[in-house]
Amino acid sequence: MKNTMQAEWDGFVEGKWSKTVNVREFIQLNYTPYEGNEEFLAGPTSVTEDLWSQVMDLFKQEREKGGVLDMDTEIPATITSHPAGYIDKDKEVIVGLQTDKPLKRAFMPFGGIRTAVSACKSYGYEVNPELIRIFTDYRKTHNQGVFDVYTPEMKTARHAHIITGLPDAYGRGRIIGDYRRVALYGVDLLIEDKKEQLATSLVRMTSKNIRLREELAEQIKALGELKKLGEIYGYDISKPAKDIKEAIQWTYFGYLAAVKEQNGAAMSLGRTSTFLDIYAERDLKNGVYTEEQIQEMVDHFIMKLRMVKFARIPEYNALFAGDPTWVTESIGGIGIDGRSLVTKMSFRYLHTLDNLGTSPEPNMTVLWSTRLPINWKNYCAEMSIKSSAIQYENDDMMRVTHGDDYAIACCVSSMRVGKEMQFFGARANLAKCLLYAINGGVDEKLFEQVGPKYRPITSEYLDYDEVMERYEDMMEWLAGLYVNTLNVIHYMHDKYCYEKLQMALHDRDVKRWFATGIAGLSVVADSLSAIKYAKVKTIRNEDGIVVDYEVEGDFPKYGNNDDRVDKIAVEVVEKFMNMVRKHHTYRDSIPTTSILTITSNVSYGKNTGSTPDGRKAGVPLAPGANPMHGRDTHGALASLSSVAKLPFKDAQDGISNTFTILPNALGKDSVFASTGDLDIKLTPEQIADIENGNL
Amino acid sequence: MKGYIHSIETFGTVDGPGVRYVVFTQGCPMRCQYCHNPDTWEPSVGEMKDVDEIIDDYEKYKPYLTGGGITVTGGEPMMQIDFLTELFKKAREKDIHTCLDTSGIMFNEENEEYVKKVDELMKYTCLVMLDIKHIDDEEHKKLTGHSNKNILAFARYLNRKGVSVWIRHVTVPGITYNKEYLMRLGEFLAELKNMEALDVLPYHTMGVPKYESLGMEYPLKGVEPLDKSEALKARNIIIYGRQKRLEEMEREKKIN
Repeated sequence: MKNTMQAEWDGFVEGKWSKTVNVREFIQLNYTPYEGNEEFLAGPTSVTEDLWSQVMDLFKQEREKGGVLDMDTEIPATITSHPAGYIDKDKEVIVGLQTDKPLKRAFMPFGGIRTAVSACKSYGYEVNPELIRIFTDYRKTHNQGVFDVYTPEMKTARHAHIITGLPDAYGRGRIIGDYRRVALYGVDLLIEDKKEQLATSLVRMTSKNIRLREELAEQIKALGELKKLGEIYGYDISKPAKDIKEAIQWTYFGYLAAVKEQNGAAMSLGRTSTFLDIYAERDLKNGVYTEEQIQEMVDHFIMKLRMVKFARIPEYNALFAGDPTWVTESIGGIGIDGRSLVTKMSFRYLHTLDNLGTSPEPNMTVLWSTRLPINWKNYCAEMSIKSSAIQYENDDMMRVTHGDDYAIACCVSSMRVGKEMQFFGARANLAKCLLYAINGGVDEKLFEQVGPKYRPITSEYLDYDEVMERYEDMMEWLAGLYVNTLNVIHYMHDKYCYEKLQMALHDRDVKRWFATGIAGLSVVADSLSAIKYAKVKTIRNEDGIVVDYEVEGDFPKYGNNDDRVDKIAVEVVEKFMNMVRKHHTYRDSIPTTSILTITSNVSYGKNTGSTPDGRKAGVPLAPGANPMHGRDTHGALASLSSVAKLPFKDAQDGISNTFTILPNALGKDSVFASTGDLDIKLTPEQIADIENGNL
Repeated sequence: MKGYIHSIETFGTVDGPGVRYVVFTQGCPMRCQYCHNPDTWEPSVGEMKDVDEIIDDYEKYKPYLTGGGITVTGGEPMMQIDFLTELFKKAREKDIHTCLDTSGIMFNEENEEYVKKVDELMKYTCLVMLDIKHIDDEEHKKLTGHSNKNILAFARYLNRKGVSVWIRHVTVPGITYNKEYLMRLGEFLAELKNMEALDVLPYHTMGVPKYESLGMEYPLKGVEPLDKSEALKARNIIIYGRQKRLEEMEREKKIN
């Protein structure tokens, strides 16, 4: 990159970041930690209120139309495929929509033409037959590539739902472009940087080097398109952003280009608030913008993020309980130098839950540390109670692995922004795997041989050691099949549905995480505990397949901080992760696993027969690493302590616990009179009320 | 020493200051019509836990129990006063804040031996949350099956001893949500110099499913729950009654 201080950087402290792409260093040298409270925040402007009520009206129309307002059936989406779209042009401070109209869903065939067509069909839209012909006869898609290569065993395992939710017909997502780079450097410097990367890449033409060179060329093209996207909306984003308005707009253009190009399972934003605060602070100091104006920009930005939509099939929505986009934004945390990364912008982001009302998207994720400023902690708590819309993740734990400029993709997957990416891998159903171990690989729902034909368990009562031995064998099989299936998927995704814009906002040599996932952990732990500490009787059908279980006696249940069963859960995670590690992973990626199903546990449960813990066939599995519903009887801390025993090193892609509590169970509110309140002065009206006998 | 324990709540946030480890003891002589824990009534049944076992378990959660400590509630904890005293003594040895949530029904001033035991217990009790069910004795009998004499005597005893007290009062439509009673309660509370806080709880119906699962008739069937603003009104009346009485007492003092 040219070693020149750009005019737009006036007032910023120079460093390595001004010579090479290094957003983290820019933040560290220039941000202002904020320890104060929320009093400085500004309410919504009348423009914001008006604009938001229009959006609310559009959401209402969308619901009334059965979940989709409009769909594109004519144009395959690319970064520049659509003309500018607006909600209400004159009112929008931050602009840009995925298509030419608000909430109109784009046609994205590169993941798989059949899925794209069926998404349209299920809402009554017919895709132009010419497009179907192109993407069937001339242009191969990711989905076609995967199914060309899948083995019969992979297809069967997929059909039986022991491996489930695989991104083989939709975008894998879970990649976070460093959208901040667009604002800090402008697109021209980024192109220059990528060209230099290409020029200095290896020229010995192995398939690996050829692929890298081709990808860098794709990335450069994508950046060119990104610049055009700016032009479509009347902005020149070739240069760095000069103020907070441009910084938000440029960052959003980066993100918008990604969601125009990719229909990913999770399209997360990254960690933008503290970065943007640097621009806001500079503008406040120089009197360029007022607090009210800055909040208005943030409100409009968040409004846009709430409007990100994808064309999806109803089965997908059933799996994810709704229509989620996982626009996750990671907020706060502590820097490795010990300073808090909370800024005024962190408050402004959460404040949108007040200004616009509560919303699950963007998925505001607070990176929690015990060392966060108290005012921020209090504000988060208050906003959690008000909105039920904030996710918390353990910064003290993740910082050790990822430093202080990582972000969360989807709900728990952590990665350094612009330096690491992830191959998303859905999950293996370990509860079902346990049933396969008992039934010798025969699926308990389909009554087909899905797993290997190992010896089934034939005794009436289950023996712990015997079950455990068979279970390990079956997990070995599952881990191998699972990793290999994912290798196919990611090879084809890179080939036919490459995330060129998102990867253009990464370094050249990225670290790749190979994410796997497990479902049904608490069912497995409780089942094994029941087998060990109670008596579990098998109930078989006429073919000898176990279809149900009877538990005699009580047994320790995961979720009560009881080591007898919690250790089983820990052991299963460790074992399965080590089995995954034994296998070759695509592109030298590093295997990880997650325990995180947040909504799909319902559908996994539907496809899983009765289990030895007494859970009946079809009953939902617990979400993520949660204890089974109602089995944790010692209060929140005992329940959370069980979850906290799961080893992060063996579940580095994240462990989630979905926690529901009535706000009034979190403490007393204003009705409670503390010491001082006993002497409160009642108003004359209150006294008159009492004297008059009114209750 | 072992005690009969109904259950443990590791994350109590409404039973005393801070985040607390809450022990629910088994057994209660009161039969309050709105009781939401009727499963704790029967004494000497269920699981027994040792004092050390509870203290060890408490230690597991120590980092989370910020500004909190241990609360023993029930049931009526003072039914197992020896166990309770030992538990609090051991807790205080470890500098754990102790809070006793009681109805005061077990107190009996005429029983010297019992009073001695209470004296001993109070050495290790940082805070008493005293639940006054009804200020009117006749109404109290209807509501709980017992007179409130011992309860009010216990409140005065705590006042003499200078033990920190939070007063709790559940306000129920048609029973305690009544101006006269609330004023009288406030007037009584004016006597208590050890009182640090007043906690007025709106009546709720969350206990109803428990009655159903226990196959019991719910005595307050049809009584609507109160909302927060109504509880706030009730609180203001109690505070008003207390303040008026305090002013009166001030005047009396001057005259004397």
